[in-house]
Amino acid sequence: MAVYSVRRQVTMTILAWIVGLAIFFPILWMVLTSFKTELDAFSTPPQFLFFHWTLENYAEVQERSHYFHHALNSIILSFGSTLVALLFAIPAAWGMAFSPTKRTRSTLLWMLSTKMMPPVGVLVPIYLIFRDLGMLDSRFGLIMVLFLGNLPIVVWMLYTYFKEIPRDILEAARMDGATIGKEIIYILAPMAIPGIASTVLLNVILAWNEAFWTLNLTTSEAAPLTTFIASYSSPEGLFWAKLSAASTLAIAPIMVLGWFSQKQLVRGLTFGAVK
Amino acid sequence: MKKTLGTLAGVAAIALSAHASAETTLTIATVNNGDMIRMQKLTDDFTSKNPDIKLNWVTLEENVLRQKVTTDIATKGGQFDVLTIGTYEVPIWAKKGWLVPLDKLEADATYDAGDIMPAIRTAVSYDKKLYAAPFYGESSMIMYRTDLFKKAGLTMPEKPTWDFIRDAAAKITDKAHETYGICLRGKAGWGENIALITTVANAFGARWFNEEWKPEFDGPEWKNALSFYVDMMKNSGPPGASANGFNENLALFNAGKCGMWIDATVAASFVTNPKDSKVAADVGFAHAPCEVTCKGANWLWAWNLAIPAGSQKTEAAEKFIGWATSKDYLALVASKEGWANVPPGTRTSLYENADYLTAAPFALPTLDAINSADPVDSTAKPKPYVGVQFAAIPEFQGIGTTVGQQFSAALAGSSTVDQALEQAQQSTLREMTKAGYIK
Repeated sequence: MAVYSVRRQVTMTILAWIVGLAIFFPILWMVLTSFKTELDAFSTPPQFLFFHWTLENYAEVQERSHYFHHALNSIILSFGSTLVALLFAIPAAWGMAFSPTKRTRSTLLWMLSTKMMPPVGVLVPIYLIFRDLGMLDSRFGLIMVLFLGNLPIVVWMLYTYFKEIPRDILEAARMDGATIGKEIIYILAPMAIPGIASTVLLNVILAWNEAFWTLNLTTSEAAPLTTFIASYSSPEGLFWAKLSAASTLAIAPIMVLGWFSQKQLVRGLTFGAVK
Repeated sequence: MKKTLGTLAGVAAIALSAHASAETTLTIATVNNGDMIRMQKLTDDFTSKNPDIKLNWVTLEENVLRQKVTTDIATKGGQFDVLTIGTYEVPIWAKKGWLVPLDKLEADATYDAGDIMPAIRTAVSYDKKLYAAPFYGESSMIMYRTDLFKKAGLTMPEKPTWDFIRDAAAKITDKAHETYGICLRGKAGWGENIALITTVANAFGARWFNEEWKPEFDGPEWKNALSFYVDMMKNSGPPGASANGFNENLALFNAGKCGMWIDATVAASFVTNPKDSKVAADVGFAHAPCEVTCKGANWLWAWNLAIPAGSQKTEAAEKFIGWATSKDYLALVASKEGWANVPPGTRTSLYENADYLTAAPFALPTLDAINSADPVDSTAKPKPYVGVQFAAIPEFQGIGTTVGQQFSAALAGSSTVDQALEQAQQSTLREMTKAGYIK
């Protein structure tokens, strides 16, 4: 029995490593390509480690673009839109989780259905609204679009976490005289923190990587890292190595954030609030 | 004392506000390619001559830029003051009133619009008015390996036929050593495989539409052209050719894996650059292949600078365009980066410059290719559209990409040539009827 258990554990570990490496490989390949010359980046068969290592792509990217300007915009847009989304989503999810009506389920489905429409379908109306309100290439405008775009997901995630909190605990607090505000702040929030943390992280990542609205509604002032990456793709000329260097720089901050918060992220995504 | 200080502060404020209001910021949308990036690096020359104008660059990939700029111009968003657009867009957008005519520039003797190559000038004009200024122009031509030709006992004719190219490609091909006789575009897209295949079809006597705008994929000319292209690529082309575009073929050619490559003349400077190409010393150039006709055998394209109708800064924008597309700009690039790196294919005087002709071995073949391309008369039979490798109608982007997918599938082997042509005929007929061209 013990031998079987060890064998199973070893098999699972090897399998997990294979899956992990398969998922990680494209990122590794991108990082390696960023240190190649353009000719090496296109070479067939591809060169894995034995190529002429160079930093020239990073130097050129630094020289051509204002990386920190775009990175700052990405930070403002992703965290800004997430915070605004939380302000709306926490009360909404709280209401639907603890005071459901017969239409709660349909409301949730309707909210999610807005994510099913291709964004390009509303590009022109949104563009016209932005033009008339003077919000083209503004951080505020993009925060609004990203917040509204991700709101259904945030509400759904929080609703799932809140639903797992036993209502008895809240009722006990009410018996002790807790108001709705105190109930949310002192009872609900501490219990839902892992869920809220993972929702925040996921939403930040989604907003960070959003590349349709950020490309179409900005030019320079509010342009985040997605536009920075897009400027390195070319139809005529070799660009893979420079594009890889730009992409590595673009994902570096979010990778670091993900690395340090992976424990909370995994816990929030795999466990409920009170398990 | 207080009064004096107050007066001084007032004067300073007025001076500062006057300065602030005098400064104009131009937002320029451009594509990411070598010549455009070089221009961005050289803009100090412009700003030092025009200290009241600040430049704000938005560089994007071609398709992203096209979508973004089209949205902005169609909605009069006014996000851009100068646009980089292709020869496909210029006549369509000019007709819609989306572009500002460059009258001042055209009339400016020092700018010398008469020096712009005639074929390019026609391509960027509408109703005999200049609506965009060409930044660089290109046609298509054959780039081939002189060493492989010599080894195979072949001599490239000045104006080869597609039959010669097919036979030469078969002779050069050595699949065991990963040497392929011919590399051509196969990746689906109106600006990818369709550009190349349309020139093949033109040479075989085909056209996209007859005089009544009815597509002609059901005719013998298209069948001959597409069958020829698919057979030749299957016999002598690299594996996975249906996924290859300009960049993939450039990489293959530079790595010494292609005997011939027929593509944009702008590639000539890349394949002869020893820094990027392993075969830089063994590259020859020839006119794009003809077959039953030479009309439309080589394409014509230019990236141009234009002013959108929504811009409030047309005067400054025209000043910038005048600088970027002038003879002086070419001299500036030459002084900083050498004559081989100046943007090619726009001005006749460049091809009369002995320094340029010495530095750029591809200069005369490029000039010959551009001069021989005629967007108006590019097919053996008469046609109702303008454009060599495209039809300058708004619907062509969508139609061309759909047809490109069908042709790419035929090359990949997932459909036959007959099936691809039949589907192309059906889908194009449907779109053209829907758009009102066919009554």
